[in-house]
Amino acid sequence: MTTAVLSSTAPEMPFLALSGISKRFGGTVALDAIEWSVERGEVHCLVGENGSGKSTLIKILAGVHAPDTGGTISVEGVPHAALTPHQAKSLGIQVIFQDLSLFPNLTVLENIAIDLELGSPFRPPPQHAMRQAAQEALARLEADLPLDARVGTLPVAQRQIVAICRGLAVNARVLFMDEPTSSLTRHEVELLLETVRRLKAQGVAVVFVSHRLEEVVEIAERVTVLRDGRKVGTFAAAEVNDHRLAELMTGETIEHTVNARVLAERHPTLEVRHATREGEFEDVSLVLHQGEILGLIGLLGAGRTELALALFGMTPLESGEIRLDGAPLRLRSNQDAITAGIAYVSEDRLSLGLNLRQSIAENISISVLDRLGNSLGLVAPRRRNELATSWVTRLGIRAANVGAPVQTLSGGNQQRVVLSKWLATGPKVLILDSPTVGVDIKNKQGIYDVVRELAAQGVAILLISDEVPEVYFHCDRVLHMRGGRIAGEFVPGTANEHALSEALYA
Amino acid sequence: MPRAFSVVFGRTETALAAAILIAAVILSLSSPYFLTLPNFVNLIEAYSVTTVLAAGVFVVLVSGGIDISFAATASATQYLAAYLATSYGFPAVPALALAAALGVAMGSINALLTYYLRVVSIIVTIATSSIYYALLIYLTNATEIYNLPDWWSNRFAFVRYVTASDDVVKITLPIVVMVAAVVLTQYLMAHTRIGRQVYALGGNPEAASRIGINVLGVQLLAYGYLGFLAAVAGFIQAGRVHQAVPTAMAGQELNVLAVAILGGASLVGGIGSMGGVVLGVLFLAMLQNGLNLLGVSPYFFGVVIGLAILISISMTGYAEKHARRRHVARAS
Repeated sequence: MTTAVLSSTAPEMPFLALSGISKRFGGTVALDAIEWSVERGEVHCLVGENGSGKSTLIKILAGVHAPDTGGTISVEGVPHAALTPHQAKSLGIQVIFQDLSLFPNLTVLENIAIDLELGSPFRPPPQHAMRQAAQEALARLEADLPLDARVGTLPVAQRQIVAICRGLAVNARVLFMDEPTSSLTRHEVELLLETVRRLKAQGVAVVFVSHRLEEVVEIAERVTVLRDGRKVGTFAAAEVNDHRLAELMTGETIEHTVNARVLAERHPTLEVRHATREGEFEDVSLVLHQGEILGLIGLLGAGRTELALALFGMTPLESGEIRLDGAPLRLRSNQDAITAGIAYVSEDRLSLGLNLRQSIAENISISVLDRLGNSLGLVAPRRRNELATSWVTRLGIRAANVGAPVQTLSGGNQQRVVLSKWLATGPKVLILDSPTVGVDIKNKQGIYDVVRELAAQGVAILLISDEVPEVYFHCDRVLHMRGGRIAGEFVPGTANEHALSEALYA
Repeated sequence: MPRAFSVVFGRTETALAAAILIAAVILSLSSPYFLTLPNFVNLIEAYSVTTVLAAGVFVVLVSGGIDISFAATASATQYLAAYLATSYGFPAVPALALAAALGVAMGSINALLTYYLRVVSIIVTIATSSIYYALLIYLTNATEIYNLPDWWSNRFAFVRYVTASDDVVKITLPIVVMVAAVVLTQYLMAHTRIGRQVYALGGNPEAASRIGINVLGVQLLAYGYLGFLAAVAGFIQAGRVHQAVPTAMAGQELNVLAVAILGGASLVGGIGSMGGVVLGVLFLAMLQNGLNLLGVSPYFFGVVIGLAILISISMTGYAEKHARRRHVARAS
């Protein structure tokens, strides 16, 4: 009741206002005295690098974390020291996490109206009310989804609609969307923006939480930048561009230059001809030259990772052939690939690339144990440590010593340990799958430097990515993959960056 | 009502139903006794204990957990009821009620340990299973109880029917209890809010806690319910063999899990139906009975169970792989 009175007497008051919100985890300050507000029906972007505090902030608003005492969260003018998940929801604050938090095994209807299945545990679910709530939420977005389809069978874009509808079904007033566009095509992004416009028209505020904002900036009114747990500032969206934002996010001036080189001697190291695996990729042909950095760009599901796995011998080609240094190569397993001189640094370095509990030295030496061993196959710790130390020095890995467990390192340094592990095998071809995912802008630069140095030493590099700037500024040539096929080739500098994004998101 | 059918029966269940039909046709052609009423009713009674346990295990599997201590729970509760009835002359209702309460408590211990220790439930229940069995044998000196009271060991028939060929067919207590357990479980899982929460928790535990599902409460329900059904199963089993033995149910764990998995319950949680589990029981029961009638050695039966599980799981795996490939092709 109080809220209604307050909001009608003070219509200019923001819907949500934070004052002096701080959060410490142990010794580290995740958020430092944040002052921030979201207006009714506003579209707002909250940007910052990994570790800038944006996820902590939304978790505080969702009631997952309690802020340190001293700050207030005001919703329609009513101050709260902290929110519980239940309070946040009943005040109209809804967070759509990046993973969408849906239940793949349940139907669209049940996912949207799951709130009506909480409470009174032994009563039957209110079938009728649930159906009505789901239909109403879908109608508000003018979305047409089969209510009885299992969510696990829907494409990502439709799952996102389901997640938004779940928020609407419990009467969301402000919707936080964490990295909503990261796995959408351009067309799907447009549908999402259309949805956001509808929400705005209905007085629902939307906050995009992201590390980039090319796509959403066109409908956002304001942008707030966080860096190292502090608010850098809130800007009118029209005032800032991508470049300016990157500087605000990192606090550094970033020089973007095209690094594409024209290689004088074009010795083809890896050739792929008409490679096909049904349902994954089709008729893929490419040539990767010695010392070249070849970008392979495509959206999630375009078949780029599947192709990489086949080139690394993890899955057999159904037809087509691979040639290495001119000779045909048959890969029955990744052992064959490693022996032939093909190395692969996976997208998910944490689960596939490293044994986090083992030391840096153990991780780096694992792929070359055969070579390090003596005649009995025993590996002297001293030899292992020498090898690791040389790579730690060459790649500038920041660690106390090579005996430190990998999990004690930062993301960027972990990534370099993975690189070292493969470089120790002396590869001819290095496949890097999204090497900078989850790495800060600052550390990204370090990784690009390493990649360029390797290329200069003659390693042929296939750089797989879904970020246009990454391949545009750091590759010599870029192949665009779509629907399992190579859809186009770009030479950075000759073609411009915009053309590449247009092709990717078309 | 195709929708209702697809909710009760997923793809695995449909395949299983087809397999059962085929097996039934083959067996009835090979053995004239197979498709007779007495054989069928005997078969159902013989599998009543397995079915009641499988209904409980199914609930835990859907919640995303696994519990193998139910056999120990069934033995312990059965023994407690028998001990109270024979040594203290407890009448049926209080003896069984106390035993059921013990079953719920033993199940709840599994839920609490899984929740608070944040350890996978299979490890927790391997440990509690060992503890429960050892405690039971230690406390009872492995003494068997033979003199069960009449209300327990007499075979009470709800329906008695004499066939044309002079065979007596009896619908006995185990069959009635089994049907009740199946109906109750189906109602709980498909038609109550907490049942739907069990599915949600199994489908995505992180999301379940984010949207405000009481994770501990749901787990207490799932494991406690299994504990309760284990007590029920223990009671039926003792009645059928006229004795309570501390190790009565040892070795049942894998059979029961096999039935639930064959019926389409997923080991990762969130998937499965009571109808499927019943089909799983039916399938195994028919196979075993058919092999018996055909004179195949009972020692060979383990091989058949193992093969059935392998075939069923590889079929599911194959279907998923293809679904994923189709998805990749469509998304791009």
